[in-house]
Amino acid sequence: MAEIKNYTMNFGPQHPAAHGVLRLVLELDGEVVQRADPHIGLLHRGTEKLAETRTFLQSVPYMDRLDYVSMMANEHAYVMAIEKLVGVEVPERAQYIRVMFDEITRILNHLLWIGSHALDIGAMTVFLYAFREREDLFDMYEAATGARMHAAYYRPGGVYRDLPERMPQYQSGNQRSAAEIARLNANRQGSLLDFIEDFTNRFPGYVDDYETLLTDNRIWKQRTVGIGVVSPERAQALGFTGPMLRGSGIAWDLRKKQPYEVYDRMDFDIPVGTNGDCYDRYLVRVQEMRESNRIIRQCIEWLRKNPGPVITADHKVAPPSREEMKTSMEELIHHFKLFTEGMHVPPGEVYCAVEHPKGEFGIYLVSDGANKPWRLKIRAPGFPHLAAMDELARGHMIADVVAIIGTMDIVFGEIDR
Amino acid sequence: MTERLASLERDVAAVLGDRLVRAVADRGELTVEVAAADLREAARVLRDHESLAFSTLVDLCANDYEGYAQAARQGPRFAVVLHLLSIRHNRRLRVKCFCPDDGFPVVDSLIEVWPAANWYEREAFDLYGVVFEGHPDLRRILTDYGFMGHPFRKDFPISGHVEMRYDPVQKRVVYQPVTIEPREIVPRVVREDSYGTGKG
Repeated sequence: MAEIKNYTMNFGPQHPAAHGVLRLVLELDGEVVQRADPHIGLLHRGTEKLAETRTFLQSVPYMDRLDYVSMMANEHAYVMAIEKLVGVEVPERAQYIRVMFDEITRILNHLLWIGSHALDIGAMTVFLYAFREREDLFDMYEAATGARMHAAYYRPGGVYRDLPERMPQYQSGNQRSAAEIARLNANRQGSLLDFIEDFTNRFPGYVDDYETLLTDNRIWKQRTVGIGVVSPERAQALGFTGPMLRGSGIAWDLRKKQPYEVYDRMDFDIPVGTNGDCYDRYLVRVQEMRESNRIIRQCIEWLRKNPGPVITADHKVAPPSREEMKTSMEELIHHFKLFTEGMHVPPGEVYCAVEHPKGEFGIYLVSDGANKPWRLKIRAPGFPHLAAMDELARGHMIADVVAIIGTMDIVFGEIDR
Repeated sequence: MTERLASLERDVAAVLGDRLVRAVADRGELTVEVAAADLREAARVLRDHESLAFSTLVDLCANDYEGYAQAARQGPRFAVVLHLLSIRHNRRLRVKCFCPDDGFPVVDSLIEVWPAANWYEREAFDLYGVVFEGHPDLRRILTDYGFMGHPFRKDFPISGHVEMRYDPVQKRVVYQPVTIEPREIVPRVVREDSYGTGKG
């Protein structure tokens, strides 16, 4: 009888289901995982150290590049930490804009997740549908900020600029016919808010489409039900947050429990799972997309009725308008000091967390009174999730490892930082 | 908010007893300091005591205070900072613990209190060189295989010590000392308290 040994296998770092640069060392007994050892750090850029050498404002674009599928949610935690240290008030309209874009970002993130998760477990079509909707969401980003992904839109004290009155339209060229361009521009006749509202009218139908493809799909259920089960107690001990925690049946959502900005005025529900497996986490995230859609609609309604400033008038924190800067000596000095030396943040330490699409995204910021942070620690939600990989994957088959990676919603930009 | 914070401070002080070195309430957040020798026991009671029930370790990181506020340092150099969350009571707490020895910072591992500490401690060890006694697998996590030094310490230059390039003669990747000079366009400044107020 031949001696049977455990087989060690490298999964990644170039595997399409590894979602980036995960190197997973799997110890296998046949097809059953005995031990999983994720090697991370292949995308480590030292964001936290870099932030120590930049002024507070210069680090905002770095935040976009952490979790590069939910850009504005990262910025949000960072600017909230600065605002808490400085003690600056954010105008109400800016708070509504932030909440609206946080929820747009949540849909953006969950669409990528549902597409790639389904693709990993063998359902191609959802991926194509999800990316079609992401295109519209990127157009919203672009109209508001000028950038399709890395927006740098949230600034300490508010947001960079107000929402545009006119939605950019497709121009005629030699690529598309006039009829085609008219069709593409049909919902772009009004303002950005009109475009977003049109999207929120269509979106629940799209979610129904994804659910038709997946929720009762026999293969989908076979691949996700009972896979990667986490008990509620274990999920807390392992530091799980967000859908990973709610999938295990704990109704914990920072938007409800520790509300920030204007979430306490929003009407929405927290979806909760019961079994703590991949399928429940799928249901939780799908329902979250519907809830986000509701929140966006409430924000649109408020934003239409209430014009106002979108960034604080404190020019020690936020720059003055171009017009003021060109006409007033004092504002010119403010502008110059803000963009050369940067603002000085009073000494102290704060921890600010937001309900990021993936879980709790926190910024621990220590300032010593300088124009640069003393220490910036990014609490990435994916980090403790991936740390539990060994525990979740043990005893499952190789194919289930892919399902577990998918359900964790791993993005290496935030885990490796 | 302040009432919530005061009640949290009372509960923590009652549970920790004389293990509590200092408690600071600032900007709606409570920071408690414990001695390195008491860390594991303090963590255990914070997790297990009914009135606190900090079931989740949200974050653990190290911090280097060398040169803080551009002044001579008073007190130890390295600190380990924990962020705790109690889902039952909806409370947060920051626990700070200074490492007594600057040359060889070491604290007890919290992995048996919160399993989530595993990777966070590996990260703190990797980036700051803080050793967690009792950690079963204290390997580097974020830096490259074979990396030398602890990059987030304040005396580690932002441009690093070595750079990597492909050597066409040896036909492999080689490491060499860095060829770029570190540069700082905007210097780090700490202003005196009265700056910008028109006084003094």
